Amino acid sequence: MTLPAAYILKRMLIALPSLLGISIVLFTVLALAPGDPFGELATNPNIPPEVAANLRLQFGMDDPVPVRYVRWLTAMLHGDWGFSFASRINVNTLIMQRLGTTILIIGSSQLLALLIALPVGVYAATRPYSLFDQVANTLTFIGFSLPTFFTGLLLILVFSIQLDWLPFVYRSDIAASGWRFYWEHFKQAIMPVAVLGLFQAASWTRFVRSAALDVIRLDYVTTARSKGLKERVVIIKHVVRNALIPVVTLVALQIPAIFGGAIVTEQIFRVPGIGSLLITAILANDTPVIMAVTFVFSCLVITFNLLADILYGWLDPRISLR
Amino acid sequence: MTEQGLRGLIEAVRQGMVTRRKFVWTLLGLGIAAPIAGQLLLHAGIAQAQPASTYKPTKRGGGGALKVLWWQGATLLNPHFAVGTKDQDGSRIFYEPLAGWDNDGNLIPVLAAEVPTLANGGLSKDGKSITWKLKKDVQWHDGKPFTSADVVFNWEYATDPATAATTIGSYKDVKATAIDALTVRVDYPKASPFWADAFVGTRGMIIPKHLFEAYKGAKSRDAPTNLKPVGTGPYKFADFTPGDMVRGTINTNYHQPNRPYFDTIEMKGGGDAVSAARAVLQTGEFDYAWNLQVEDEILLRLEQGGKGRVNVIPGGDIEFIQLNFTDPWTEVDGERANIKTKHPLLSDPAVREALNLLVDRASVQQFIYGRTGIATANFVNNPERFRSKNTKFEFNVDKANQVLETAGWKKGADGIRVKDGKKLKFVYQTSVNQPRQKTQAIVKQACQKAGIDVELKAVTASVFFSSDFANPDTFAKFFCDIQMLTFTMTQPDPEVFMNQYCSWEVSAKANKWQGRNSTRWTSDDYDKAYRAAEIELDPVKRAALFIRMNDLVIQARAIIPVVTRPRVRASNLKLRVSVSGWDSDFWALQDWYREA
Repeated sequence: MTLPAAYILKRMLIALPSLLGISIVLFTVLALAPGDPFGELATNPNIPPEVAANLRLQFGMDDPVPVRYVRWLTAMLHGDWGFSFASRINVNTLIMQRLGTTILIIGSSQLLALLIALPVGVYAATRPYSLFDQVANTLTFIGFSLPTFFTGLLLILVFSIQLDWLPFVYRSDIAASGWRFYWEHFKQAIMPVAVLGLFQAASWTRFVRSAALDVIRLDYVTTARSKGLKERVVIIKHVVRNALIPVVTLVALQIPAIFGGAIVTEQIFRVPGIGSLLITAILANDTPVIMAVTFVFSCLVITFNLLADILYGWLDPRISLR
Repeated sequence: MTEQGLRGLIEAVRQGMVTRRKFVWTLLGLGIAAPIAGQLLLHAGIAQAQPASTYKPTKRGGGGALKVLWWQGATLLNPHFAVGTKDQDGSRIFYEPLAGWDNDGNLIPVLAAEVPTLANGGLSKDGKSITWKLKKDVQWHDGKPFTSADVVFNWEYATDPATAATTIGSYKDVKATAIDALTVRVDYPKASPFWADAFVGTRGMIIPKHLFEAYKGAKSRDAPTNLKPVGTGPYKFADFTPGDMVRGTINTNYHQPNRPYFDTIEMKGGGDAVSAARAVLQTGEFDYAWNLQVEDEILLRLEQGGKGRVNVIPGGDIEFIQLNFTDPWTEVDGERANIKTKHPLLSDPAVREALNLLVDRASVQQFIYGRTGIATANFVNNPERFRSKNTKFEFNVDKANQVLETAGWKKGADGIRVKDGKKLKFVYQTSVNQPRQKTQAIVKQACQKAGIDVELKAVTASVFFSSDFANPDTFAKFFCDIQMLTFTMTQPDPEVFMNQYCSWEVSAKANKWQGRNSTRWTSDDYDKAYRAAEIELDPVKRAALFIRMNDLVIQARAIIPVVTRPRVRASNLKLRVSVSGWDSDFWALQDWYREA
């Protein structure tokens, strides 16, 4: 592989206008959307209209959209993420408060998905159309056909209501210490992590299986086998290694989601993550928060896309980056 | 009800012939909120019933954790910035007002030593000033004493326009002065029969001067205490994640003996109303859930879980139908529903009368709202009937048909009535909300039987209730024939509330549709009564004027009340709560305890 510096630079230069474009679209859509953060004040007869007007003035909401956009952009470039209308605190404080929970929940669900997808996918590929493969196939189909809001409610119904084993309200502050603290955290995280993890695992398993299946038929695998290598060694050293290349890219592309949260699942289990922050902000028309969350998310998507491409070239030198 | 009738009723309460509660609810039926009714009695020198305390615990603390669930979490904890009840409730855990409202409209002292009355000299004879005596030995959570300087500071803080306090409306016309360390005088520009707004209830929570002094005005948003409240309440601040969690721990220096009972409080936010009800009623994971806008059928099923009960707390919210008096379908002077126009169909009183007969309130209650919406003929002008529970509303398709027939509306070939070439055809809008859509369907069905064609329209709530003047579908613009929404009557004084039928409040392009009269019904009698009430000093005469205004609106059939919407809360079977329909859910949080 030759030096990708020029390539990285090029990609970054392409990324800049797309980020700018994304932010303009986001900002305009939000500015044109109905409702405003002080709507509730405007309909309350006990609050004089001057208050709402004054608040709008304080937060600069009466300026034309382009002026507001430029103001937002300059602040963002200075690292100032804005000020939440609804909570009257800085947006980065709001996001930081929730980042931990999001990384914990989404991160563990992705980990769970990998732990399931890799062995199941590879094993199914080594025995295509066997009973195991058929069962795995069926399950993965069911897995990614069921939306998370459905499996979430199903799990709540079974494990919280019928069996009463697990709590279905996630609490980030648990008043306990030592082992009990970890146990309580573990118990409440099981359902959201399982819902997200199993959904992700279903599609990844399919992917791993087909990637492994592609490799397993190649000549070098046959060579390895005919050398008399143990099947285990052939699979792990020769097949999996190469089959993983596209999987790594796929996983890299999923990493932004760890920061973005999962809106539906977080809402169902009341997980105080970025996703639920976003949905509350949207409902309250809290533009700075919506902008910050979505913009940071799009930055991450673009960065990880780039990263995935570079990784790809590094894992498979036959691919040239130009 | 006339002034004489009102005086008679007050006299009857004095002599014990009518209970306070009955008086309060009778006036509520006349459109007078419970706190005002309570104030009328207070003004008449009828002592408040001191409700016997049912608080049982004999020592402070030891109750473990109290876990409450608000499906919209508090987003900020400064009561002067509160946007909705969620913020007021979150703040109320830590902050307290001078007095709060119980469910019968009684004013109960909290940080005040007593409720000001004429007898104790708290009310001046001319009704222009109130003297509050503060409770002794009350401490802020950081140990500093609570004094009159704090109370006066709250007035300064809220009235500074640069602070952008949402409470400004309650404070801007009054003046607060400290008399001594524990006495505050509040002066009103004119005699105010209803004075218990500043420093009382949800808009009256007091924040500490020593922590907010440096952050008055434009700097208000930088105050660190905005996020870490230091109040006088039963629980001290532990931590806060906006929109998710508010936590507090017991205040061992709380100013009421043996209170609070719980060691910690957790107010969890987020999710939806149904699962909140489930977490209390069915699984018992939480002790209390707020605002359950859930169909009663579901609540009944969840209650069978046996862990909790549903509390239905009567308040003043009314779901009602507005009729448009202007023509929303033609543009005059560049605007639809211009006040110069007349609605082609609804300007006929017979049509309005028929519609009133076609709203099947009993079915709406029975099949849609259950315990969570009680059919009402609210605003009736006959208290006798109201008291005898002989509900006055009527659902009668035949009578409606007859009324229309007499007025000259004849059925056409398609079964729709016509008069002078005009078809009886309406567009009926409301916000997207399942019970509302079902109510729409019930009304539509009845109208069909009477030869009225109704087209239903549902607008997303965020648009319908917004003040966005670029959008044609807001309730304030009311660019259609009929619309349905809820009035909240938690605002104690009716003066601001009742201006929504004044001719100068007509919602129009000129005022960017900020005018509050969206039915655009106007009446000289009403305007006169309103103007008279504005300057009326005698509270009884003033109340009588407000009742008259209500009568005018109802008799003109400008609106059709449908159901009253009580507050619906769920609580654990063992939890004893004290909740009021006129104040925050936490107005008496210190009295909450768990039965053994």
